[in-house]
Amino acid sequence: MEQLLLLIFLPLAGAIITAFAGKSAKIVSTVFSVVSLGLALFIACNFIPNASTQFEANLPWIADLGINFHAGIDGISMLVVLLTNLLIPIIILSSYKHDYKNQAAFYALILFMQTGLLLVFTALDAFLFYIGWEAALIPIYFICAFWGGKDRVRINMKFFVYTIAGSLFMLMGIIYLYLQNPAHNFEISAFYALNLDAAQQGWIFWAFFIAFAIKMPVFPFHTWQPDTYTAAPTQGTMLLSGIMLKMGIYGVIRWLLPIVPAGVQDWSCVAIGLSIIGIVYASLIAFTQKDAKRLVAYSSIGHVGLISAGIFALNQQGMQGAMVQMLSHGINVVGLFFVLDIIFSRVKTNKIEELGGIAKAAPQLAITFLIIVLGTVALPGTNGFIGEFLLLMGVYNVGIWAAAIAGLTIIFGAVYMLRMYQNVMLGKTNELTITFSDIQGSEKFVLYLICALIIVLGVYPKPLLHLTEASVQHLLEQVNQKLTSVK
Amino acid sequence: MNIIITISITAFIVLYAGLFKANKALLPLTVVGLLTALGFTFCAWGGNAVHFGMMQTDNFALAFSGVCIVGTLLIFLLTQNYFHAKSDNIAEYYTLILFALAGMIMMVSYKNMAMLFVGLEIMSVSLYILAGIRKKDFASNEASLKYFLMGAFSTGFLLFGITLIYGATGSFDLDKIQAYLVNNSTSVSPIFYPGVILMMIGLCFKIGAAPFHFWTPDVYEGAPSLITTFMSTVVKTAGFAAFLRLFAGPLEPLHEFWVMPLIVIVCLTLFIGNVTALFQKNFKRMLAYSSISHAGYLLFSLIVITKNSGNNVLVYAAAYTFASIIAFAVLILVKQKTGSDSFESFNGLGKKNPLVALCLTVAMLSLAGIPLTAGFIGKYLMFLNVMTEYKTLLVAFAILNALVGFYYYFRVIVAMWFKDGSETVLSTPAQYKVVLLVSVAITLVLGICPAIILNLI
Repeated sequence: MEQLLLLIFLPLAGAIITAFAGKSAKIVSTVFSVVSLGLALFIACNFIPNASTQFEANLPWIADLGINFHAGIDGISMLVVLLTNLLIPIIILSSYKHDYKNQAAFYALILFMQTGLLLVFTALDAFLFYIGWEAALIPIYFICAFWGGKDRVRINMKFFVYTIAGSLFMLMGIIYLYLQNPAHNFEISAFYALNLDAAQQGWIFWAFFIAFAIKMPVFPFHTWQPDTYTAAPTQGTMLLSGIMLKMGIYGVIRWLLPIVPAGVQDWSCVAIGLSIIGIVYASLIAFTQKDAKRLVAYSSIGHVGLISAGIFALNQQGMQGAMVQMLSHGINVVGLFFVLDIIFSRVKTNKIEELGGIAKAAPQLAITFLIIVLGTVALPGTNGFIGEFLLLMGVYNVGIWAAAIAGLTIIFGAVYMLRMYQNVMLGKTNELTITFSDIQGSEKFVLYLICALIIVLGVYPKPLLHLTEASVQHLLEQVNQKLTSVK
Repeated sequence: MNIIITISITAFIVLYAGLFKANKALLPLTVVGLLTALGFTFCAWGGNAVHFGMMQTDNFALAFSGVCIVGTLLIFLLTQNYFHAKSDNIAEYYTLILFALAGMIMMVSYKNMAMLFVGLEIMSVSLYILAGIRKKDFASNEASLKYFLMGAFSTGFLLFGITLIYGATGSFDLDKIQAYLVNNSTSVSPIFYPGVILMMIGLCFKIGAAPFHFWTPDVYEGAPSLITTFMSTVVKTAGFAAFLRLFAGPLEPLHEFWVMPLIVIVCLTLFIGNVTALFQKNFKRMLAYSSISHAGYLLFSLIVITKNSGNNVLVYAAAYTFASIIAFAVLILVKQKTGSDSFESFNGLGKKNPLVALCLTVAMLSLAGIPLTAGFIGKYLMFLNVMTEYKTLLVAFAILNALVGFYYYFRVIVAMWFKDGSETVLSTPAQYKVVLLVSVAITLVLGICPAIILNLI
């Protein structure tokens, strides 16, 4: 229990200290994020995959309203907690070459967001989950709107209103479940035990699903995403794509499937359909992008579409694939955005056609970038492969056509990613790229670390699969049990 | 009772101090008086004394008295140099505000409709003068006249309603009215119903709920900012308490009859308040319209009456009051420096005045209802209250309105942090800092651990 509380609130303490750290904010925030990572690894080492929720903390918070500070870690949480605490130091390190104005506030907001994210990923109380959900949104709004690029105010307002619209309807759903719950509390176990009829499950499904779909984002709720990703500062984009969109996926797994399984079953065709439309649509648009950052943004919609389709397939393979892919996608997409940021910081553009021939000037960047791209396009032997393979298997069990169309994501992805790589890194060197200097110092460290993770997890994913297996199985059993009882 | 006596005596002492031109002593005297009154409020806590059958100081009354007194206290702290710059005869300001406060204490603790009327009038008459206290300012005169005409009009409605209810029940006493409704539940006199509606209209005028809100924007804009702060926070809280005391109390048996018109009023209030606030270019006017929309959320507590209704209103009103005090305090500072209260005058405020801008940001987040601030807990309680009868459509409508609210509250945040502007450095007196920090602390504490206020009533 103490470990969990420390895990959640250490970043918050770090945020407060960083806010007053002035010039040394970079170092202070790095220390806090690395210690948090160490703590997460420590918890992971003491974690027993076959047992249920561990490290549980259950403290009364607002007793009159049935709200408790109830959090705990099971296999599914463990994975996303690891992802969060792994990516935050990477993201902070990736900013070392930048000199942001008001940097104390910048790093404090990142750490503050980490606490929000960890609350979301460990909450076992719906109200706490909601608080974490919003507590993660506020800092990222300020990060993107303050340190972002052109037209950032309008774009981030859209992003903010979009996401908060979703979450307010989710809040309505949560209140409804609370009132249905005879014990009048927000305990997730009590929500799991509720017996709702099909109509109730249907609308609660939508109340939650829209919130999660906006966050991921699933077509047609994605319109905020490309602009926001492009206008945000690189670290903001990494936070959004690497960790924040996993909030949506995690939400579906933890709060949607087990609470309203009948609603999920009734609407899973729609959800899978939307996800697959999103895959094809995003891939097609990614083809035509001239800006590399936008291209990666659209590719992210495609990848998330596959994850969401795999989850709504409601089987072990799809769910396990989603787990692995959450982690892989987080690592890969952060890597991609970091490379683009390195390029942008050197030549001040991310336009694909203006670049070319960087590989000659910067061989180390070229090789690490290639590994990340290969991971993203799911080459066997990289971390992207296992996840996408399992996801496709999961979707295949729903329908062969669904799997066939969803499988296009891998082919499409390979085409536009490799073409982007080719145009940016290979070919003739031009005036812009002739003076390109190779990666150094912190850049080198971060990129090699990411590449190592891509390869290690690609070759030996077993610990990862083992970590989540029991929890996923347990979850699916719960869902199936509830489904049969409804019938 | 002690509370009203203390406040009234303080008002007279302040008036005499003004006669002897002891301008420096006014603020300390007032603060001491209000703190004493606050002390009496704490002492009376838990009791349920009835004074001459006219007033009842139960926990409901005491809790709202407490909020009103603390709110007034904070507003008084903002007076430093504010009145001095405008007039020589500043004792009148203090006295009138104190009289208005005495009226409000009656409004939150009445047990007899006559007391409601007397309290309302004591408060209103003081406010008519306060709104127009800048004799030579055209806008201020207009505000005063409008407020007076509309106020007199609404008082007419209220009195007419009281009369009809008296005609039906033969009493002004709340308990007797309730007993009448319980005993004659099948044969309520036909004149009782129009009485209820007329009282509802009269009270809706006072709290500025649509469609009886037309006076608010002009009056709020025309009156001196500090008076506007007072009117839109403390006065509104008292108005709601009075509303609730009547409708959630004695008139509760007729809930089914008056809830439909109330729902219409709530929807109109939310919609008109939010949508009009969206199009304002002036921060003060935006706050005026947003205060209309907050009246809509507050009325949620009457749509479904539970044992928690009173407490929900208390939380919401407290959240709204303290956030608004921050907003107006910063507005006054900005206006003193730039001479304008448009959104543009907030541009780039965050660069040179991070503390002030941070306080205003917290206030705006609270007004918008973002978690971890008091405003969220308030909104949450209101939604929860209405959801207990599964009025999901109404909540969905309120959510859409809340989204509109985000737009205009965030405009200030955007202006302060993300826009470049003249880099004005505000001169923030120490008292302003105290008020800002106290209000921010209250907002955050209520947002993070609201348990301390949830079981007061």
